[in-house]
Amino acid sequence: MKTKNFGRFALIPYAIWIVLFVIAPLLLIAYNSFLDIEGNFTLLNYAKLFSPVYMKMMFNSFLYASIVTAVSLLVGYPVAYLLSRTKHKRLWLVLMILPSWINLLLKTYAFLGILGTEGPVNAFLEAIGIGGQQLLFNDFSFIFVSTYIFIPFMILPIFNAIEKINPSLIYASRDLGASNITTFQRVIFPLTKDGIQSGFQLVFIPTLSLFMITRLIAGNRVITLGTAIEQHFLVTQDWGMGSAIAVVLIIAMAIVMYATRKIMK
Amino acid sequence: MSNTIIRFENVTKVFDDHIVLDNVSFEIERGKFYTLLGPSGCGKTTILRLIAGFVEPTQGNIYIDENCVNKIPANLRPVNTVFQDYALFPHLNVFENVAFGLRIKKVSAHEVKERVANALKFVNLEGFENREITEMSGGQRQRVAIARAIVNQPQLVLLDEPLSALDLKLRTEMQYELRELQQRLGITFVFVTHDQEEALAMSDEIFVLNKGTIQQSGTPTDIYDEPINRFVADFIGESNIVEGTMLADNLVSFANRTFDCVDMGFNQNEPVEVIIRPEDLEMTSAETGKIPVKVDSQLFRGVHYEICCYDDFKNEWLVHSTKKVEVGSTIGLDFDPEAIHIMRLGETEAEFDKRLEAYED
Repeated sequence: MKTKNFGRFALIPYAIWIVLFVIAPLLLIAYNSFLDIEGNFTLLNYAKLFSPVYMKMMFNSFLYASIVTAVSLLVGYPVAYLLSRTKHKRLWLVLMILPSWINLLLKTYAFLGILGTEGPVNAFLEAIGIGGQQLLFNDFSFIFVSTYIFIPFMILPIFNAIEKINPSLIYASRDLGASNITTFQRVIFPLTKDGIQSGFQLVFIPTLSLFMITRLIAGNRVITLGTAIEQHFLVTQDWGMGSAIAVVLIIAMAIVMYATRKIMK
Repeated sequence: MSNTIIRFENVTKVFDDHIVLDNVSFEIERGKFYTLLGPSGCGKTTILRLIAGFVEPTQGNIYIDENCVNKIPANLRPVNTVFQDYALFPHLNVFENVAFGLRIKKVSAHEVKERVANALKFVNLEGFENREITEMSGGQRQRVAIARAIVNQPQLVLLDEPLSALDLKLRTEMQYELRELQQRLGITFVFVTHDQEEALAMSDEIFVLNKGTIQQSGTPTDIYDEPINRFVADFIGESNIVEGTMLADNLVSFANRTFDCVDMGFNQNEPVEVIIRPEDLEMTSAETGKIPVKVDSQLFRGVHYEICCYDDFKNEWLVHSTKKVEVGSTIGLDFDPEAIHIMRLGETEAEFDKRLEAYED
């Protein structure tokens, strides 16, 4: 009995936290999204979202998030798989995850240096005779840096899912006549679906609302909904419009989570 | 078609500088039930994995149907395994688990359905096709694993301690079923276990292994009645093993007395080990018995009492009897000359067989 009561008390700080910093802000955002710049009630913010400008932004957000997620998956899955086969896998895993301990802004600035006109990559290209290239401020650099930043979140859950597979299942599959490729298709891949699903959500959802990288690395050439929210809150001070975009993004994320769960089933 | 299905030719397997199998040679014949018996670490599972193709021999050759399969991967061998932990695919239901091998061989949907149904019928699991693996009990999973192996109509089924996870009653039941299944199918079973009772009950032929070598092979009665050395005698059932001297053919001395026996072919006065099984010892009075002993302790085992006695020379004598005795009392042990089994020290299996053949004629 006593521990049960204690359990209930222990939940209080968490409940306060959730109410103050999760539920209240969400309600505030929802409320704000119905106010115009003067503070009057309006539905215009949502109407504006259907204008070509915002539709394009929304399309861009989804497009880039999809590309980054797809690249992370295509690169991350084999990496996770090979990682689970190496001898010092925990060490390798830490090395893979280490960059995610570094502040996002620092990493982004580091790439400005690496990919800049005076940076080492360009110096190398010069040296081998290809000549300097404009590496920053384009789609490629944006996708490259975003993938670099988010890929650990794809590798980790997939790695865990592969590690969880009972090795005798692989033997059983081989024993029943399956080649390595068939074993992957019929046993390993289906049993790592949960990992892929987690990885997908951990990468897709944050990339959907990226903003800083879009400006620093893509030079505002890639304008996503994240950028739009930032601009509305900090530059145009149109909190209503910013909130409306945020609400739409939250709904979109919920749909994505629901859909991935359905598809992966 | 030759009767030999598996042949090991001087096979050695080394893992990380540790010799798991040491120059092992044997043959396995078609249609029989074989058991590899030994304590953990004796190399029995390694033999199974070598046959299945999960590991390659360090030295020597393995033949299936007289074809060397050293370099043939597991998926191309006509062999299926029932794993210790069953290794059923958790993402597939019972039907798809059993159908796994057939689907890979691109068997037609109609035939898959028929063969899976047949295999499930064989293991008494009709109507369980659509169950998830998590919904099956341990014994049922065991049957699914067996069905998944036999549905492919392999020439050889390997069973890696498949009964060890079951409780005693179910285990005994499955022993009967497995034996019966093997006889109905008529295919070769190679069964790995550390449980000597299981081995004796089920096998046509037993290989007793220890420290990476085959100590003795033979039918259950051969191995039980004529163990080649102390290890086999100890491992297969309980035994009384005492030191003795072979005075002449059919005459042995131990516990400071001389007894008639039925063993021959030893040198005169050769030191030997003498075995008498606990169930071959009769308890009589101290005066009429062949060896007088003092009862040290007594355990009730259900079917019989296990009575531990000592003679005057500190030899321990274990007796299995349905009669009860008084602890501390002095009794006599009686036995027939046939109950005495003599083991030559350090005799190899080949020498042992040769000696046995020589005096059987």
